[in-house]
Amino acid sequence: MMSIFIFKVILVVAVFAISLFMAAYSTYAERKVAAFMQDRIGPDRAGPFGLLQPLADGLKLFMKEEIIPSVSNKFLFVLGPCLFMITALMTGVVIPWGDSLTFGGVEYKLQITDINIGILYVFGVVSIGVYGIMIGGWASNNKFSLLGAIRASAQMISYEIAMGFSIITLVMMTGTLSLKEISVFQSGGIDGHWNFWNVVYQPFSFLIFIICAFAECNRAPFDLPECETELVGGYHTEFSSMKLGLYLFAEYINMFISSAIISTLFFGGYNFPFMHDLGLDANIITILGTIALFTKIIFFIFFFMWIRWTIPRFRYDQLMNLGWKGLLPLSILNLVITGAVILYFNK
Amino acid sequence: MTLNLFYFLSFLGVLSALLVVFSKNPVHSVLYLIITFFVIAAHYVLLNAQFLAIVHIIVYAGAIMVLFLYVIMLLNLNQEAEPHKTNLIRFAATISSGLLLIILVGSLKGTDQMIAQTSSPVEVGLVKSLGRVLFKEFLLPFEISSVLLLAAMVGAVMLGKPDHIKK
Repeated sequence: MMSIFIFKVILVVAVFAISLFMAAYSTYAERKVAAFMQDRIGPDRAGPFGLLQPLADGLKLFMKEEIIPSVSNKFLFVLGPCLFMITALMTGVVIPWGDSLTFGGVEYKLQITDINIGILYVFGVVSIGVYGIMIGGWASNNKFSLLGAIRASAQMISYEIAMGFSIITLVMMTGTLSLKEISVFQSGGIDGHWNFWNVVYQPFSFLIFIICAFAECNRAPFDLPECETELVGGYHTEFSSMKLGLYLFAEYINMFISSAIISTLFFGGYNFPFMHDLGLDANIITILGTIALFTKIIFFIFFFMWIRWTIPRFRYDQLMNLGWKGLLPLSILNLVITGAVILYFNK
Repeated sequence: MTLNLFYFLSFLGVLSALLVVFSKNPVHSVLYLIITFFVIAAHYVLLNAQFLAIVHIIVYAGAIMVLFLYVIMLLNLNQEAEPHKTNLIRFAATISSGLLLIILVGSLKGTDQMIAQTSSPVEVGLVKSLGRVLFKEFLLPFEISSVLLLAAMVGAVMLGKPDHIKK
């Protein structure tokens, strides 16, 4: 019992550290990917291949002068970035980072907690995340910040609905809200149980989900809340030093977490093809599965960057039209068709 | 342990609810109201209703209060711009909220008998048992409330399209 408790504590710290590490190196990867796409070299001064660049950036942000506008509400001004960072880090607890390891007859599950409402927990945390932007933007007492905050809240609420509908089809197919059970449902092998990844059954859900994920993360082409050509810096115009750093950093954590969720829901999570036919030890398969999950996550992080440097930013009315008139009816149609098919095959 | 937690959460809930009423700045009021909703969700978890708790957070704290905050931020209310209230409005508000208080107290009157009826409190909050109850025992009220929501939605769309009505 005690060993499980210690293991959970280690796992919590590990997930926290990995989230921060992935976010830090996403900033480096973003600049390298951008450089690659635009035929440049990118950061290469700090360390070999510029690998120490995230550390240098972090140090720079910490050393900058901290400015709090005298007309703003100081408590809320500080609360905004903290809240955004906390909600970004909270989602990692329900994601299954791997199957279970067995040492000395004790089973250690590579998931911090498997609550029976896993997906809804993720949605709850995501829907609270917008307060970080709204409170920060309002407390800045700046018109551009306020406009950015208002855009962010309207955008996130609009896209949450289509996102929710695209998940309901998965819940209907698997009959569970737990992310662990959804992963198990996609576990594949030759003998007896052939299970495809959910993206094979639900390609439209995946498409809608990933578009909504871009909008929820405020990533290009939907980064309207911080659109620099219209709003100076958007909701973080007045923020400086590490408070700005927290906003920028939390965005990359959100990207990492949403890549993890996309991989878990639609691309088999920690499962990889033929994993039960290799005849390997269960512990080794678990470790290979975790590596497979991280490969998928890194691919989706690259996908986020790929889109950012390929597609120009939407106009705000185009964004709203796409959300309400495009994705929402499509997701409802997908839901109805899925329901009809499940009813027909009596699955 | 559970009882102490209940008292702590209740204290927090009442305190934040009072702060909603007494804070001068409307944005602060909304933020205290969000805390109140979180405390209510924590009460649901204490009652083993995790599904209700998370739906409560998603719908109220995550969607409705964001829209509240949205409107209040857009209006940019402050003390100078506060609309003047006549005595008649104050009088009507006092009477109507007093009537609401009487209804609330009246509805709490019969709770002594209700506690004996709940049978399996562990199962009650799970998605499966909740869905079964909603779609078997309370199907008609459930569908009627969905029609009500649909009517409200159509009404909101009609209000949002004034030039469409004129033609």
